[in-house]
Amino acid sequence: MIELEDIRKIFNAGRPNEFLALDGISLHIEAHQVTVLKGPSGSGKTTLLGLLGCMARPTSGRIMLRGREIAGLPERFPTEIRRKTFGFIFQQFNLVKGISVLENVMLPAYPLGERFSALRQRAHGLLEMFNLMSKAANRVEWLSGGEAQRVAIARALVNNPAIIIADEPTAHLDTRLSGEFMDIIKDFKAVGKTILIASHDPIVFDSGVVDRVVEMRDGKIIACGDA
Amino acid sequence: MRHFFEKQRNILDFTLSSLLRRRGKNLALVVVYTLVVFTLGSVMFFTQAIKKEAALILKETPEIIVQRLVAGRHELLPLDYREKIRQIRGVAAVKERLWGYYFDPVTRANFTIMSSPLCERGLILGKGVSDLLKAKSGSIISLRNHEGYYKHFNVRGVFDHDSALVSADLILISEENFRTLFGIPDGKATDLVVTVRNKKEVPTIALKIFQLLPDTRSIVRDGILGTYEAAFDWRGGIILVILAGAGLAFFIFAWDKAAGLSAEEKREIGILKAIGWETSDVLQMKFWEGLSVSLCSFLVGVLLAYGHIFFSGAAFFKPALMGWSTLYPEFRLTPFISAYQIAVLFFLTVVPYTVATIIPSWRAATTDPDLIMRT
Repeated sequence: MIELEDIRKIFNAGRPNEFLALDGISLHIEAHQVTVLKGPSGSGKTTLLGLLGCMARPTSGRIMLRGREIAGLPERFPTEIRRKTFGFIFQQFNLVKGISVLENVMLPAYPLGERFSALRQRAHGLLEMFNLMSKAANRVEWLSGGEAQRVAIARALVNNPAIIIADEPTAHLDTRLSGEFMDIIKDFKAVGKTILIASHDPIVFDSGVVDRVVEMRDGKIIACGDA
Repeated sequence: MRHFFEKQRNILDFTLSSLLRRRGKNLALVVVYTLVVFTLGSVMFFTQAIKKEAALILKETPEIIVQRLVAGRHELLPLDYREKIRQIRGVAAVKERLWGYYFDPVTRANFTIMSSPLCERGLILGKGVSDLLKAKSGSIISLRNHEGYYKHFNVRGVFDHDSALVSADLILISEENFRTLFGIPDGKATDLVVTVRNKKEVPTIALKIFQLLPDTRSIVRDGILGTYEAAFDWRGGIILVILAGAGLAFFIFAWDKAAGLSAEEKREIGILKAIGWETSDVLQMKFWEGLSVSLCSFLVGVLLAYGHIFFSGAAFFKPALMGWSTLYPEFRLTPFISAYQIAVLFFLTVVPYTVATIIPSWRAATTDPDLIMRT
């Protein structure tokens, strides 16, 4: 589904603080599977997820999504792909404070120009799925860590993406909530979603739902194998 | 098209939620903004309305007014001048006028008093005079004559006029009573009004009058209009110069508020981009944000300015605008605003602020959204 060829990413190129974040990454990611990028902090996991999710461009190399080159497209196209293909769950959840849970879930769909009532209905459906209906009108800053993460997951799903990207999703969760998160991932896999997770949490990469673990260090893949 | 409107509606919905989140900051901005629009609007409405008043009066002003000057001062004019002027070719009619000012020590008001054939007995009062003296038709009022004695008059009626300036201070009286009151002998008048057959000949006839009667001056309608315009523009200009300072302070304030994105706002733009908003979507949101704040302030400011000028009688800065010619009794300006004024005010206030809101957001919105993943 996603093919990476010799990807390099350099931050602050040409400056004294130049930093090589990814160095010659080549990887094939299968559809409908759970792939985990494993490695310590600074190994390049988040940078790689950003490139895979069309959030940034590689300094060199090619990224193919369903056989289409996406690395060199003008800004409008990666945004379109990001919006329709990917759903993001961030480490810090990145919910917008001061607005309601419902509004946060609907936010990615606002620029699509969908009828408001239909959008709200879909968001309600997602909140129900994650047992958050009672919190729909609450502000997100009043939520517990687990609730905030479930809102972030609901938001990631609102545009019904084929691929879900999660960056250190269990970093702020205790063991029980981390287990619950992996159960949700299992449900996603069951409905045919492709899931990419960056994590150094054993609860994630040792989980039975994971199909493949890609181990990274210093911007390179050091091991890649089935879980 | 429906897709476009739904999108704008959704973005506007989020924008309004965003504005409510930063209630304190936005409210302060709206208050200051409204104040600036109010002040600017008040000046514009005031100068325009008073010019309009002048135009209303001038519409009824005779084409030429002839006055006699002695040592550069306005002096009573002998009525035989009337016949001399009537002989000039092109003159349709010449009529004498008797008018002057009457200071009422009780109300400390200065009235314009004028003889009129409409008023054979007693007095007819302008609406403003009637209100000030609390005199209605049938009332008796006393006026002090040139010898110091009070003379009593019946009020025969009260009239209103399109121009508040006219009806505010005018008293109409019969010619006979006018002469008795002010001690003006028969055969003398305050001035003469000349009507000409062809309007294009007004300057020529004015010149001929001056050549025929060198101790007179002719005041033509266009000349009065020019003087009025210059005076009102000049006074409006003084206020505008003072306001420019206040306006500049506001723009610095607005620029700082609108242009300086907080870390929280930058983070939010990053989140929006990361979850699939395009740069143009973020800019549209910021456009709606700027427009909501500025349009809201604009509308409130304009309404307040309208109320201030036309209902409270420009209470805040009338003395500054009117200068030495402070008019008594008080009068209320006739409401008048033009689309041009509103457009000027709109472009001076709404447009700069909206642009000031968009530019910094554009800078933040064009950065890669993956930065949000690192914060």
